[in-house]
Amino acid sequence: MTRPNLLHKMFSRADVWLATLVLLVIVALAVAAPLIYPKGPWAMGGRPFLGPAGDLRFPLGTDTNGRNILAGLIWGGRVSLVIGLVSTAVAVSIGVLIGAVAGYAGGRVDAALMRFTEIFQVVPGFALALVLVAVLQPSAGSIVLAIGVVSWPPVTRLVRAEFLSLRSRDFVYAAQLQGQSSLRIMFRQILPNVASPIIVMGSLMVATAILLESSLSFLGLGDPNRMSWGFMVGASRTVLRQAWWMATFPGLAIAVTVLALNVLGEALNDALGSQSGKR
Amino acid sequence: MTHSAVSRGRDNMTASLTPLLTVEGLNIALPPGADRPLAVEGAEFTLYPGRTLCIVGESGSGKSTIADAVIGLLPRPHLRPAAGRILFEGRDLLTLPETAMRRLRGAEIGMVFQEPMAALNPLMKIGAQLEEVLEIHLDLPASERRTRALAALNDVGLPRVEEICDSYPSRLSGGQRQRVVIACAMMLEPKLLICDEPTTALDVTTQAQILALIADLQKRRGTGVLFITHDFGVVSEIADDVIVMRQGLIEEAGPAAQVLRNPASAYTRQLIDAIPTGTAQQRPDPGGAPLLEIEGLRRVYSLPGKLFRAPRQVEALKGISLSLAAGQTIGIVGESGSGKSTLGRLVVGLEKPDGGSLRVKGRPLVAHRFDGRVQMIFQDPFASLNPKISIGETIAIGPITKGVPRAQAWARTEELLELVGLRAEAARRYPHEFSGGQRQRVGIARALAMDPELIVADEPVSALDVSVQAQVLDLFESLQKRLNFAMLFITHDLRVAARMCDQLAVMQRGEIVETGPSHEVLRAPRHTYTRTLLAAIPQLFSQTEREFN
Repeated sequence: MTRPNLLHKMFSRADVWLATLVLLVIVALAVAAPLIYPKGPWAMGGRPFLGPAGDLRFPLGTDTNGRNILAGLIWGGRVSLVIGLVSTAVAVSIGVLIGAVAGYAGGRVDAALMRFTEIFQVVPGFALALVLVAVLQPSAGSIVLAIGVVSWPPVTRLVRAEFLSLRSRDFVYAAQLQGQSSLRIMFRQILPNVASPIIVMGSLMVATAILLESSLSFLGLGDPNRMSWGFMVGASRTVLRQAWWMATFPGLAIAVTVLALNVLGEALNDALGSQSGKR
Repeated sequence: MTHSAVSRGRDNMTASLTPLLTVEGLNIALPPGADRPLAVEGAEFTLYPGRTLCIVGESGSGKSTIADAVIGLLPRPHLRPAAGRILFEGRDLLTLPETAMRRLRGAEIGMVFQEPMAALNPLMKIGAQLEEVLEIHLDLPASERRTRALAALNDVGLPRVEEICDSYPSRLSGGQRQRVVIACAMMLEPKLLICDEPTTALDVTTQAQILALIADLQKRRGTGVLFITHDFGVVSEIADDVIVMRQGLIEEAGPAAQVLRNPASAYTRQLIDAIPTGTAQQRPDPGGAPLLEIEGLRRVYSLPGKLFRAPRQVEALKGISLSLAAGQTIGIVGESGSGKSTLGRLVVGLEKPDGGSLRVKGRPLVAHRFDGRVQMIFQDPFASLNPKISIGETIAIGPITKGVPRAQAWARTEELLELVGLRAEAARRYPHEFSGGQRQRVGIARALAMDPELIVADEPVSALDVSVQAQVLDLFESLQKRLNFAMLFITHDLRVAARMCDQLAVMQRGEIVETGPSHEVLRAPRHTYTRTLLAAIPQLFSQTEREFN
């Protein structure tokens, strides 16, 4: 009963339709990348510095080494999306685990875990990510780990606050009296009630993770074996004045994806928020 | 008190001929998709100056909607008046522009709300909130405003008004806050005072004081009072005329004495009969070894110190001793803050005592918690069920945790649902599909699933409408007869306690001040506090008469 209602609420807005459509196109292109450009994004197929619409084989032009910009965009989308999703999953897992334990246990455990969380909050996130990737050698795994490690504290704070207020609800006491274990109460009884805000925060975090990954790649700390949007912008910054298209198209791809994710996250927040308010 | 109500009505009848407030054919529409098209349908009544009209009904009957419509606080366009007129001294309030309405509010029509905390701004001093009303409606110098505010607080019987004027609402008790709200509403001497359940959130002794205050102010100023309540006891205390509402329709209307003594409609009669009478029968003493033994139980809460405040210790329980035999019910009665809920939480093992001993069948506290033989039923039927877990899962999980096979636990769950008066199909549904009374039944089934020897029921019916309350109490009685569990029944309502309990223990400030068999405690209370509690219960005409005859 709640599900169709939720979707109906979200899709009564035009911007949500547009954002969903944009994301679906990006995901479809990313998934189909090996079919569209089987030779991969690194293949040097054309003349370097070819402008957009100059040659039908390279609709968005070529880069300094004659590689197809469109192929780069499509293959780069795979990297951005996968890293965005996986690193968010990592961050949400760490955040939920620590937040749930801190909020449910309270007292000294809570104090200790929160001080630990603050260690990560006082270090500038991007700097920490840079150091981690540099130390661990740039690779998809180390980037995911670095982004996950710098993005979990807000999730922890959110989950902890929700657990703190929910653990003194009568249904939790009833579960305790039934003899259910703390672990079961935390994850079977309380966590489903925190799902909505976590989903909303997660959808917004994917956007942030994509930005972080692009920033790392821009600085040359991306996975050297994978084409990514940030790397494309970074590689073409020296020739920005001669070949505007090399940085502009990947930049646009980043902006459009992040914007669409934000619109969806906000819509999800509004829809879920008004639903819980009605109860 | 009953006689004064009747005579007051007669005195005023001759004095007031022009109606203060007339409601004609009022329809208020609900948004499409609600359970009925109109929140209020064809409401008609007249209120004369100096008289009190009570609108009585259960939750969802539309009684508060009428009050909101009169003062112009309907949440439009969600709820909107669809037909009819509300005439206040001849002016139709429904067509009056908002600016004119604003001039009326506060000055001519005052309102007192249910939650005194929510009605006051927590960040503004009491004095400033009162002076604000004067500032809006009158052009007075600051010193004059201050004098008027102090006088208004004095008028509602508050002590040390200077001090209260300079404090924030959080410093005051619930009763004091409601007095402030009434002072605020009465300061400009409105002709009409609307009270929307003004005593529902208050203790019974405070309720008696607030009702007396409203009656007194009304007599002195000749105010017309429109009083919304769900409690027929309150009606008999203050009403001249009564309107009984059901599902948006007026079920019955007439002078209070007549409606209460000889209700014309079956529904009214049913509501009046559902009120526990507050008389207890003598019950046999079972004897036998006690199931629950409590001795010198203490619980101390420490409040942490703040920057300029030393840490404090509050003694919630100051050495409680009682015992309860198997299959018996003991009522723990007291006002908010008396420590009765703390006692309940200690008995089920949700909190640890700071002293004394607590044994169930001779076993100490810690051992009995996780075998589940001591269960609890909670006050708020909305907070006590997990909204994301199905009813069946909620009930069955207890036995499953104890090691009962899943299929067997589910079969038992369906049996229990039928036992508490729900259908077995309810197991697959979720809490939001059920009403408050039904949820409370689910809560009972959940407790029963653990085969309890002792159930702690913490105000299990105080959040329910009076007719639902009676059904749930009936259910408790029949279940107890069949399953023979003992019960620790916590309540603030002596009437409910009298009906349910073999023994009563009256608590005040963390101590048991009186204990004994229910019928003795109610017939011949020994402690002054018990007498105060008994005297404060609003009585119906019919009951007082029955006792006199």
